[in-house]
Amino acid sequence: MSASATTSTGDVAAPAPHAVVPARANRSHRGPSTGRLVWRWVVRIALTLVFALPLLFMFVSSLKPDTQIFGDLTSVRAFLPVGDISLDNYTGVFGRVPFWRFLANSVVIAVATVVLGLIVNSMCAFALARLRFRGRSLALGVIIATLIVPFETLALPLLWWVNLLPYYDGSTGWLDTYEVQIIPFVANAFSIYLFYQYFASIPKELDEAATVDGAGRFTIYRKIVMPLAGPAIATVAILTFLPAWNQYLWPLMVVQSEELRPVMVGIDYFKQLNTSWGQIMSYASLITIPVLVLFVCFQRSFINSIASSGVKG
Amino acid sequence: MTQMVEIEPPVPSAAVTRRPRSVTGSSRGQSRTAAWMILPAGVLILVFVLVPIALTFGLAFTDAKLISPTGPRFIGVENFSRLFDDPVFWKSLRNTVIFAAVIVPVQAGLALGLALLVNVKMHGVTFFRTMYFLPVVTSMVVISLLWQFMYQQDGLINAVLARIGITGPDWLGNKDTALLAIIVMSIWQAVGFHMVIWLSGLQTIPGELYEAADLDGVSNRQKFLYVTWPGLRQTATFILVTITIAAFALFTQVQVMTQGGPLDSTSTVVFQAFRAGYTQQQTGYAAAIALVFFALVLAVNLIQRYLTREKDA
Repeated sequence: MSASATTSTGDVAAPAPHAVVPARANRSHRGPSTGRLVWRWVVRIALTLVFALPLLFMFVSSLKPDTQIFGDLTSVRAFLPVGDISLDNYTGVFGRVPFWRFLANSVVIAVATVVLGLIVNSMCAFALARLRFRGRSLALGVIIATLIVPFETLALPLLWWVNLLPYYDGSTGWLDTYEVQIIPFVANAFSIYLFYQYFASIPKELDEAATVDGAGRFTIYRKIVMPLAGPAIATVAILTFLPAWNQYLWPLMVVQSEELRPVMVGIDYFKQLNTSWGQIMSYASLITIPVLVLFVCFQRSFINSIASSGVKG
Repeated sequence: MTQMVEIEPPVPSAAVTRRPRSVTGSSRGQSRTAAWMILPAGVLILVFVLVPIALTFGLAFTDAKLISPTGPRFIGVENFSRLFDDPVFWKSLRNTVIFAAVIVPVQAGLALGLALLVNVKMHGVTFFRTMYFLPVVTSMVVISLLWQFMYQQDGLINAVLARIGITGPDWLGNKDTALLAIIVMSIWQAVGFHMVIWLSGLQTIPGELYEAADLDGVSNRQKFLYVTWPGLRQTATFILVTITIAAFALFTQVQVMTQGGPLDSTSTVVFQAFRAGYTQQQTGYAAAIALVFFALVLAVNLIQRYLTREKDA
């Protein structure tokens, strides 16, 4: 694991992973024949259609009335915004459910999970990676060990458990709150592990120099180590944001009130109102486009984050 | 960088001047700071991970209900004997294993194919990577709804099949095709994720190996078998394990698209745990199902450990 540990920090840190791609096609003078190269381009483009067309179909259908969606299925018009195009489906969504409320809920939940998670997990990882104290390896071992337990194992006992936990207003049970959608996901063993690896790779001389200058440990964390941890912060933020935005099983169980419902549970509920497919596709587009835009803008960071998650275990 | 961490020149001289107080003082201070920094994450992991894990094991042997005036009562292995007598459980287990058995080789193989296809240094190749990755950043709930729409009897997929003369079935309404339909969609969604993991594995293979292979005049197929594949063993193990565990956890697609139907042909272990623990509020029984799921996950982890140990020895 130590070998993969070094690679991972390398991956997180490497600003331009494209530079290390072995350029086989260019280097080899006996490269693939022209026919082969053309064939590969054909396959690449065909695959692009396979992955992009269903999503395009979703966006395009969101602009059409149901009769036209079904009428267009047999031709290429299914993927083109032509015919009776309007935003009626979108107006329909806003008329039937408090969509903006659902969206605001999801934003609050995802942002709170990411921000709190960055603070709590990086602090814990800093102590584990750069401070000496008794029980350090035990704490690290326990945290790493929890990585093999998927959330699905403990979801239902956790549901029972949060229903018994004292709430801050003196009542019992966290069901149907914002907190129950955020707090259980703040501390994350994998985030701690990613930060730990990154922090361990930063030279300790920096701490010592700062200590000589009279800085406390917490100041070192805040003023020296964290400002150097940009790539790790980006990775953890992305790897926390996506599941927080997309989570479904948990909010499905813990949220009853409409005003606390996040978008993913909201769309499921919206579908059960017997709405038209066009409207469902509008709702789906509304919650997908922002994430896809973010992804395309920060494409490299997203992909690097996923790649660095590949060293887990 | 690692060697630098081990050399600690400033410490001895600093310690000589202020030995009596500073050494003990600073280490006690470090312990105290460390305790404060670990506390938030530690408490959260204790309450929301470690306790629920213990509860999963504990509650599986009780008759705990989600909402109950009396506390859980110990009932021995009754939940398990009930579970093993339940034909739906065996169907769910069978579906889960089939799902994993198909998904693991197909998705890993296709992802490797995609990775090889985009692992070239060439203008425009990032575009293809981004396209293949689009479904990964899209929520599974949205994708399930979109494909449910496309899988309808009169939906897009059958319209496309009709053009090449095939009359498609009611994919999700037919017990013989529903699981297959979910498998195809799941691969489409996740294959880009594992493409990125394969890519990061490919990029760790030194380019000189390919140069040497070129000088020896070996074929592309031999290059793959003797250079690429051996360099990917660690990545391969990781990919197989993560796909298997994710496959065992199949839930969202089933909940959104089929509710386990038709005739339990798409019911899975996690879906059954959800239905028992949430819909029927039988937490004890759900915990027993969750333990079966965890046993599957643990088995995969142990197999992985065994395989990697053999390789190291």
